[in-house]
Amino acid sequence: MKVKIVLNGKTREDEINSDQLLIDYVRSHGCYSVKRGCETSNCGLCTVFLDGKPILSCSLLTARADGHRVETLEGLQKEAEEFGAFVADQGAEQCGFCNPGMIMNAIALFRENPDPSEEEIKEYLAGNLCRCSGYEGQLRAIKQFLEYRRRGGESCE
Amino acid sequence: MRVVSQPVRKKDAMALVTGKPVFMDDLAPKDCLIVKVLRSPHANANILSVKTDVALKVPGIEVIYTWEDVPQERFTMAGQTYPEPSPQDRLILDRHVRYVGDPVAIVAGENEACVDRALRLIKVEYEVLPAILDFHQAMDNPILVHPEDNWVVLCPVGADNQRNLCASDESHNGDVDAVLKDCDVVVEGTYHTKANQQAMMETFRTACYMDAYGRLNIFSSTQIVFHVRRILAKALGIPKSKIRVMKPRIGGGFGAKQTVVAEVFPAFVTWKTGKPSKMIFTREESQVASSPRHEMEVTVKVGAMKDGRIRAMDVYTLSNTGAYGEHGPTTVGLSGHKSIPLYGSLEAHRFAYDVVYTNVMSAGAYRGYGATQGIFAVESAVNELADRLGMDPVELREKNMVREGQVMPAYYGEQTNSCALDRCLERAASMIGWKDKHPCRDMGNGKVRSVGIAMAMQGSGIAAVDVGSATIKLNEDGSYTLLIAAADMGTGCDTILAQMAAECMECSVEDIAVLGADTDSSPYDSGSYASSTTYVTGKAVERACAQLKERILEVAGEMLETSAERLVFAGDRVETLDQSASVSLAEVGFKSMVGNNHALQVTESNSSPLSPPPFMAGAVEIELDKETGHVEILDYAAVVDCGTVVNPNLARVQTEGGLAQGIGMTLYEDIQYDDKGRLRNNSFMQYKVPTRLDTGRMRVEFESSYEESGPFGAKSIGEIVINTPAPALAHAIFNATGLWFKELPITSEKIAMGILERSKNAEKTPF
Amino acid sequence: MLKIKEYVKAESLEQAYELNQKKSNCILGGMLWLKMSDRTVQKAIDLSGLGLDTIEETEDSFSIGCMVTLRQLELHPRLNEWTNGAIRDCVKDIVGVQFRNLATIGGSIFGRFGFSDVLTCFLALDTYVELYQSGVIPLEQFVGIKRDRDILVRIIVKKTPVKCVYMTHRNAKTDFPVLACAAALSGQTDNCRGYVVAGARPGRAIRIEIGTEEVMRLRKGAYTKEDLRSLAAGLAKDILMDSNMRASAEYRSHLAEVLLFRCLSTLQERGGEV
Repeated sequence: MKVKIVLNGKTREDEINSDQLLIDYVRSHGCYSVKRGCETSNCGLCTVFLDGKPILSCSLLTARADGHRVETLEGLQKEAEEFGAFVADQGAEQCGFCNPGMIMNAIALFRENPDPSEEEIKEYLAGNLCRCSGYEGQLRAIKQFLEYRRRGGESCE
Repeated sequence: MRVVSQPVRKKDAMALVTGKPVFMDDLAPKDCLIVKVLRSPHANANILSVKTDVALKVPGIEVIYTWEDVPQERFTMAGQTYPEPSPQDRLILDRHVRYVGDPVAIVAGENEACVDRALRLIKVEYEVLPAILDFHQAMDNPILVHPEDNWVVLCPVGADNQRNLCASDESHNGDVDAVLKDCDVVVEGTYHTKANQQAMMETFRTACYMDAYGRLNIFSSTQIVFHVRRILAKALGIPKSKIRVMKPRIGGGFGAKQTVVAEVFPAFVTWKTGKPSKMIFTREESQVASSPRHEMEVTVKVGAMKDGRIRAMDVYTLSNTGAYGEHGPTTVGLSGHKSIPLYGSLEAHRFAYDVVYTNVMSAGAYRGYGATQGIFAVESAVNELADRLGMDPVELREKNMVREGQVMPAYYGEQTNSCALDRCLERAASMIGWKDKHPCRDMGNGKVRSVGIAMAMQGSGIAAVDVGSATIKLNEDGSYTLLIAAADMGTGCDTILAQMAAECMECSVEDIAVLGADTDSSPYDSGSYASSTTYVTGKAVERACAQLKERILEVAGEMLETSAERLVFAGDRVETLDQSASVSLAEVGFKSMVGNNHALQVTESNSSPLSPPPFMAGAVEIELDKETGHVEILDYAAVVDCGTVVNPNLARVQTEGGLAQGIGMTLYEDIQYDDKGRLRNNSFMQYKVPTRLDTGRMRVEFESSYEESGPFGAKSIGEIVINTPAPALAHAIFNATGLWFKELPITSEKIAMGILERSKNAEKTPF
Repeated sequence: MLKIKEYVKAESLEQAYELNQKKSNCILGGMLWLKMSDRTVQKAIDLSGLGLDTIEETEDSFSIGCMVTLRQLELHPRLNEWTNGAIRDCVKDIVGVQFRNLATIGGSIFGRFGFSDVLTCFLALDTYVELYQSGVIPLEQFVGIKRDRDILVRIIVKKTPVKCVYMTHRNAKTDFPVLACAAALSGQTDNCRGYVVAGARPGRAIRIEIGTEEVMRLRKGAYTKEDLRSLAAGLAKDILMDSNMRASAEYRSHLAEVLLFRCLSTLQERGGEV
């Protein structure tokens, strides 16, 4: 079947299989940041935006994204660099495999809730697993980024 | 120090946080055959027949291999220095399958869909055999996991396949029975840990292709490029010179990738077909057919006097290596050799063990490598001893812990020349508020808060065995390239080693490019395991840099027409002693390309006769709900002595990551098999690695000793960090409930029902 | 691995219903559960073009379209105000935000899964399901019906005044519940009902009515702690539990006493007029 999807700002028309998952669609279009970590929708590595909302690309049919906007980290490089620098300054990126999904979801958090409490940060990102870092470094990075934003650094918008 | 001990950003950090395509499946050739294996549904069976004719007809299928197509010489998949202590008990495909998940056939096809179809169409007839699923029943069981004649073990590890024994040994110092008899108090306990999964986010995966020289190229997410080359050569029956192994960025390893889990299958396909192929394990495969921690049952007897002197320790470990013996003979040793030495007061100790084969997934290497299991047992026993003596557990340890300068009979007779364990313990206790919080405070709402504490140790590389090497070369612009084969799996060793090189060469980390892990171009390295990279490979970097400076002085000497003795290496330049003349490093670099006989490239190999232990203390505060049994971690204080801290950021994150894994092992990761030998935790839905809501606050500090034999005084940190949570949490739970839990995980059910059981019994006894 | 031969975006409920009568076809909810199955589906019917993704409030009810996501439920201010935050409480521990942006209430309720937090919570409220063919029936009745090929169009929560609380015990924070409990006091002064619900037993949620006298006492705040424990124990003892990977039946029974006590305590604290 045919689909028309706006992927990272570019409108694409493709012929796809009915049961193709969005993660395979975006990776086939060069969005290699989107990773697969499980088969049961538990890990959050495959997080992308659908019309600006964070979802699991492993669990959405490409067909359902027809006529919609999809964004991956490839389309959010400026925000990724800006926030990612804070993660890098903690050494918390470690193996990096969980980073794209976590950073996508963090960007979604910053947009939805510009001043989250520690509790709210953890709850929002609960669906993003990490096995390397113990999560604390990511939290430090987020807090420092929010502080930087409060003091007038450029926002994520 | 300018660079070492600085929180330098990892060299690959920005690429990773912006999602650049740097992992195996981002870089593998686009037209790879997809390789999967059909797996045995039985825990123990012989294959009577495999019918592949229908499956072969599926459009897109390239080949299907069975046990009849593979070489018949057994090998081991363990990433260890040759001759491997692990038994040579594997075949690429075996007629005898020994666990649920053991590969039966290899299928390669153009795409995943056709391979999945073909897998379903292969018809296998099994002769199902009775299976050994309980490791207590394995030794001398008439059912043999490895009855075959060509099972071979290259080292005297006490293995005997006719007894289902993978390893067995005993060592002692002094007369432990006599001393125990003489003790006022003896605490004895048996502690059971399970086959936890490393569960790194990137599953096992390998791509293979033939190169221009007719060689098999392996592009794999592995910690052990050189061991992979040797093991594949043996498995395929081809010369090592026909194989090249490389690694890209790795999405985590923790020891899982210190075993040749996936490589052999696509390697066989590509070697046979000449076509590029790749294999990516699903999460399910990574859960059920991988290389988890060895299930162990550790029995500890610790004897002390009323005044708190711990005089004797007797440890026996029964370890379950599963269907194959990878890392079986080696992990078990740490359960005693890296737990008992925590106590320098011992007059006698004994350590004995048996490692048995069973029909479950073969265990492998997981951070801690046996020390984790042993320390859970020993530290729990010591905490129980403190309780029996009526003595504060911190005080008891202060009386008995190993001190700097002591010889450790249980640690291969090594002397610890760098030990800040006493400061670690003091600081951890202080951070957690031990004096005010020990043992327990009733919050008045059905919840109690309590604290627990534990010490830990590990090693730094395998003494006299592990080899780390480094090649450093000066480029024409005055920058350097550092070539290593130590595998950065996210830990940041590329960066750490560059920091050391930058310190030596008096430049910035940005001036050092690091190239990792290629058997063609990297100097030999055993690989990243056993906490060896910082200590063993780091020293090689130091030595190589020292030599390179000599060479630079030689070339500069020719340029300045003086002898090298009259020159000083000054970072960006070389100058005469009186500073009257100099050449820049870039000029030296250029000179090395014109009429030059002194290669500005040096390779050094390093191996240490020592393995200086890092030490640490971990203290935890929990809130426990006595009715539901729920444990909430409020605070974890970890203080680490890893020698000089090369990169404080990375050391801190390593510690936090290790704590999270230890917490998972202790509270959440509940390995369960069914009665047919199938692992029930076959996904992240059923195997609960901690989320960020499960771990709680962590605070990490460092109390550094200085290890003379280490680069810049450094030891190691990679593994020790997982070793304190199990005993510390078990201790806190005891302090909260009065109940000792000796089997992991300690679930809320065990706690709640334990409390319930005890109150029912209390009701029964009137006094 | 799920295989789908043809994807159909339904243009009407009638079309969706017609297509769904074939056994080899199925309706797509959030697809999270379906994705893990090994099924081959001929036609996968997507309802996302039918405007069923909103929560409408009228004078006497909340009307929740079947394609409303769990995240929408979580964030809906009025729905949560009405239920003392119980709706938010029943979804917030489910895996993660990204998951809840996909999972639908229709999928949760129609599935009638044992582990379902959503089903457990909605059973405590005055909830009805609107089925395309069978019309509007109480959720309590729907829970007991075998799965058929009807389509769940809407979930209707009548705005009966209610005091409601939802609690679970989980082995890890975002895992399936080991036991899910809800309790509610609803209705007017002269016609007040009380319910407790237990789900993830591991069997699906069941609702038990609290006796009229007990309801009155709860509303008056007349229970002592000990008496509340007896009340909870009494309600818990008839709830059938079973064992699975996550817990034993005995532990679940014990938890039921504990959680129902805590639910009822909370209700009593909130107490007074509903």
